[in-house]
Amino acid sequence: MILDLERFLAQERPHWQGLEQLLNRLEAGDSLALEEARHLHALYERASADLARLATFAAEPESRRYLESLVARAYAEIHEARTTRTRFRFLHWFLATFPQTFRRHFRAFAVSLGISLLGTVFGSFATVVDPDSRHVTMAFGHDELTPTQRVQREEAEQTGAAIHGQHASFSGQLMTHNTQVSIGTLALGMSWGIGTLILLFYNGVILGAIGTDYVLDGQGSFLAAWILPHGSIELPAIFIAGQAGLVLAHALFGRGSNLSLSRRLRAIAPDLVTLICGVAVLLVYAGIIEAFLSQYHEPVIPYALKITFGLAELIGLISFLTLSGRQSSTVPAKPTEPTR
Amino acid sequence: MTHLRIRTPEGVEFTLPIAGPVSRALAYLLDFLLVVAVDALLIFLFSLLSLISRDLSEALLQIGLFALPIVYGVLSEWLWRGQTVGKRAFQLRVVDAEGLKLRPSQLILRNLLRAVDFLPVFYLVGGITTLLNRKGQRLGDLAAGTVVIRIPRLASPDLESLLGSRFNSLRTQPHLAARLRQRIHAAEAAIALQALLRRDDLEPTARIALFRSLADDFRAQVAFPPDIAESLTDEQFVRNVVDLLYRPKAPATTPPVQAQA
Repeated sequence: MILDLERFLAQERPHWQGLEQLLNRLEAGDSLALEEARHLHALYERASADLARLATFAAEPESRRYLESLVARAYAEIHEARTTRTRFRFLHWFLATFPQTFRRHFRAFAVSLGISLLGTVFGSFATVVDPDSRHVTMAFGHDELTPTQRVQREEAEQTGAAIHGQHASFSGQLMTHNTQVSIGTLALGMSWGIGTLILLFYNGVILGAIGTDYVLDGQGSFLAAWILPHGSIELPAIFIAGQAGLVLAHALFGRGSNLSLSRRLRAIAPDLVTLICGVAVLLVYAGIIEAFLSQYHEPVIPYALKITFGLAELIGLISFLTLSGRQSSTVPAKPTEPTR
Repeated sequence: MTHLRIRTPEGVEFTLPIAGPVSRALAYLLDFLLVVAVDALLIFLFSLLSLISRDLSEALLQIGLFALPIVYGVLSEWLWRGQTVGKRAFQLRVVDAEGLKLRPSQLILRNLLRAVDFLPVFYLVGGITTLLNRKGQRLGDLAAGTVVIRIPRLASPDLESLLGSRFNSLRTQPHLAARLRQRIHAAEAAIALQALLRRDDLEPTARIALFRSLADDFRAQVAFPPDIAESLTDEQFVRNVVDLLYRPKAPATTPPVQAQA
C-alpha cells in the first residue's frame, strides 16, 4: 500500500467536516461573509483534489461516496445557476416578464393561432357542407338543439340567473378545467408537438362548427355576446398554452441550434413556466367573467354591451401582450426566473 | 441502473447513483396516498366552510383538489431540496442533471409534465421513457433537466469498531507484515474490507467459502509461519490482514495470555 490511507483520512477529515458545516449553513439559506466564501472555495478545491486522489484508490468506497456527495453539494452551491437572488415579484413578472416571453416566442404563437384557425375553418366548412357532422364536431350538447331553440331557451331561462348562488363553483369548475387543458397542451409538446397541434386543431374545429351553426341560424349576435366576454381572454390563453407546447417541441427538434438537447431544454424551461403560469392567471380571470357575466343574456344585459366589453378586453389583451414591459426590454431580454 | 457522471471544471469527476423505477414508483405511491389523505381533509374542511357559503366552499374545494398535487410536488421539492415525503422515505432526491442547484422553474416543469408522463394509464409513457433513458428520466425530467438519484449512505466505515483492539498475531512478524502491505493490491484490500463489513449479511456457507478464498489468496502471496497462519480461522486471518493493511500502527492491544507463553 503506497498511500497511507488512515493518515490521509485523519488529516483530511477535518477539512471535509468544515466544508460540510459551511454547506449545511448555505443550504439552510444563510449567506456567507466574503472570507467564509473564500474559505468555502478553498475547502471545495481541497475536497475535489482529495476525491481525485481517492478515486485512484479502490480501498475506500464509503469514504469516496461521502466525499463525492460533499463535492456534488459544494459544486451546486458554488456554480449557482441563478444570476440574482432577487425576490420573486408577482406584478413585475406578470406585467413585464410574461409579455416579454410571449413576444420572444411569437412565431410559436403564430403557429398555434394558425392551426387553431385552420381547425375553425375546417369546422365551419364541415358544418356548411355536411350538416350531419354536428354530432361529431359539437361538444357540450350543442348538437341536440338548433341554435335558435337554444337561444330561446337560454333567454327564457337566463342561465345566469338559474345558476344563481353557484357562480363561484361554476367559475372554479371552468378555471380548473381550462387550466388542465392548458397544461395538457403544454405537456403534449413532448410528443414533438404532434399532440399539441391535434388539441389546438380540435379546439378550433369545435369553435368553427358551433360558430357557423349559430351564424347560419341567424343567431350571430347572441353567440358573440355569449362567447366574447370570456372567450376574448380564454381562447388566447389556450393559444398561448399551445405556444408553450410548440416552444417545447421546437427545443426537442433543435432545428437551427447547435446546442445539445439538454442545453436547449435548459434554455427554454423558465420561459415555458412563465407562459403556462401566465395562462393560468388569464384563465382565472376568464373563469370569473364566464360565470358572473357571460351567462346573462338579453334582456338582462344588452348584447351590444357584452360584445363591446369583449372587444375592449381583446384590444386590452393584445396591447398588453405586445406593449407591456417594453421599456425594460431595450436590453436583449434574458430568460428570467419566474419564481423564487 | 447506472450512475450520473458529472465532470467539474476543475477536472474532478463525481458520480451519483440513479434511482431505479421500482423505488420511484413506491415513492410516488406514498406521495399519492398522502395527497389523497390531504384531499379528504380538504373535503372535510370545506364542508365546514359550506355552512357559511356553499358556493364559495365548492369553488375553493374544486381549485384546491386540482392544485394540491402540483403545489405539493413543487413546494416540497423546493423546500426540501428535491425531496417529497415519498422520496424521503425511499431515500431519493431530485437533482439537476448537470449537478447544479435546482431552479424553481425546473420543479414546476417536471411536476406539470406529469400530465403527459401519466398517459395513457398509470405512468405508462413515463415508465417506458425511464427505462429507455440512460439517466432514468421521465419526460418531465427530460424537459426540466432533472434526474432522480438515490442518496448514498454518508457514513464512512468505522474501522475502530470493526477491527477493535484485539491482539493481531501477524504483527509479531514485522517483515512479513511489510511484505504483505507491499504485495496486496488496493482492490484486493478493498474486497477484504467489504467482506468484513458485510459478513453478517452473508449466508453461513457463502461466508465460509468467501473468507476461505480470500485467506488462501493472502496466504499464497505471503507465507506466514505455520504456527501463526494455522492457528487462525480463515475469517480471523482476513481480519488480521485488513488490520495490518488499513492500520499500519498497532493499536494499544491487550494480548491474550497464551500469546505471551
